Amino acid sequence: MHEMSIAEGILQVLEEQAVTQQFEKVKAVWVEIGPLATIEADALTFCFDAVIRGSLAEGASLHIIKLAGKAFCLQCLDTVPVTQRYDSCPVCGSYQLQVTQGEEMRIKELEVA
Amino acid sequence: MCTVCGCSEGEVSIENGHSHGHSHDHSHDHAHGHHHHDHGHHHHGDHSHAHSHAHAHSHDDQHDHSGIESDGDNIHFGKGPAHAHVAGLSQSRMVQIEQDILGKNNQYAAQNRVRFEQQSMFVLNLVSSPGSGKTTLLTETINQIKDQYTVGVIEGDQQTANDADRIRETGVQAIQINTGKGCHLDAHMVGHALENFSGLTGGVLFIENVGNLVCPASFDLGEAAKVSILSVTEGEDKPLKYPDMFHASELMILNKTDLLPYLDFDVERCIEYAKRVNPDIQIIQLSAKSGEGMQQWIDWINTKRAAIIESRINMLQQQIEQFKAIL
Repeated sequence: MHEMSIAEGILQVLEEQAVTQQFEKVKAVWVEIGPLATIEADALTFCFDAVIRGSLAEGASLHIIKLAGKAFCLQCLDTVPVTQRYDSCPVCGSYQLQVTQGEEMRIKELEVA
Repeated sequence: MCTVCGCSEGEVSIENGHSHGHSHDHSHDHAHGHHHHDHGHHHHGDHSHAHSHAHAHSHDDQHDHSGIESDGDNIHFGKGPAHAHVAGLSQSRMVQIEQDILGKNNQYAAQNRVRFEQQSMFVLNLVSSPGSGKTTLLTETINQIKDQYTVGVIEGDQQTANDADRIRETGVQAIQINTGKGCHLDAHMVGHALENFSGLTGGVLFIENVGNLVCPASFDLGEAAKVSILSVTEGEDKPLKYPDMFHASELMILNKTDLLPYLDFDVERCIEYAKRVNPDIQIIQLSAKSGEGMQQWIDWINTKRAAIIESRINMLQQQIEQFKAIL
């Protein structure tokens, strides 16, 4: 359940940005989450709704953009799709994969007022 | 926490552009904004709608249309968050930030790392499920190395100081962090705990994380390496069940090997699974109780610690040369 910490992390970023970008209210938040980021989207939405109460983001909607996981296969010398940490290469079956995308956990943009 | 606006960043010195004058405005307008919210909520209940709405916003020339909704022959100009329409003024705007959610933790971790480097401390983040024998392994390890260099321990548990008490019995300094409801240690907690240590220069600091194979994987504490401890009384497929933790670890310790004769644990298969999620992971098999394999673990610590001190010496020597050159 570290999604609660992640949700608090998002709120912290919103509060910082409110100062530097001069806004008072957040209406929507878009986050990019990769399949290897150890974040459960439903749990994050639940926690987000809980932590934003009484904050500048009260009532804001959270939009989770799910990114695809990608890895470089050292056997095939090519980029292949992955969905889990222990996936093997879908082409050659090797586990010698270097993840190139899918660990992201990023706030992309905000709708503010 | 900032007492003016309640912003939780008030205690953080790295924050910039936070002036109290602004905070006053902020808290005032914030209360005002709550009123808006009650009416605007319904509008945002529909996710797909909000999304397409946002796309329109990202184009400056369409800003004027925000808050305008058509319902048959009725066109409402007051459905936006501001409940009013002012020609040429948008009711909301998009802010692109592209910021890592764990950025704050990573900043604290970087600060910790700088501190560790300056003091040439070798810091390990020990992670495992509850009951893998972390604390017993630690007390045995400490007894074998404490005469060679200073050792410190940060103990993370939800409650009780039992583990720190066990460590203190070995005579080394231990600080207990109770996370309360928290499931992991974060870099900020570790930074605070560090203030309580003295004389750890050139020594080893063990951070015994909360017993949890899930959450601590995501939180960098500033350590040199994560070490996963897996006991042979657990399933050999744990590296596959909790891949993130084993992926993040540099070393896996297979503990309680003295019990292998009584169990069906397949060591080879376990190692194969661990290498699947992390092809570079190193593995040491040991029993903290019988002492079997302990020397390999102690050697691993000694080698790593020596490398850190050597790189510090090299760096300082380069600095000395630079200063000599400008003398």
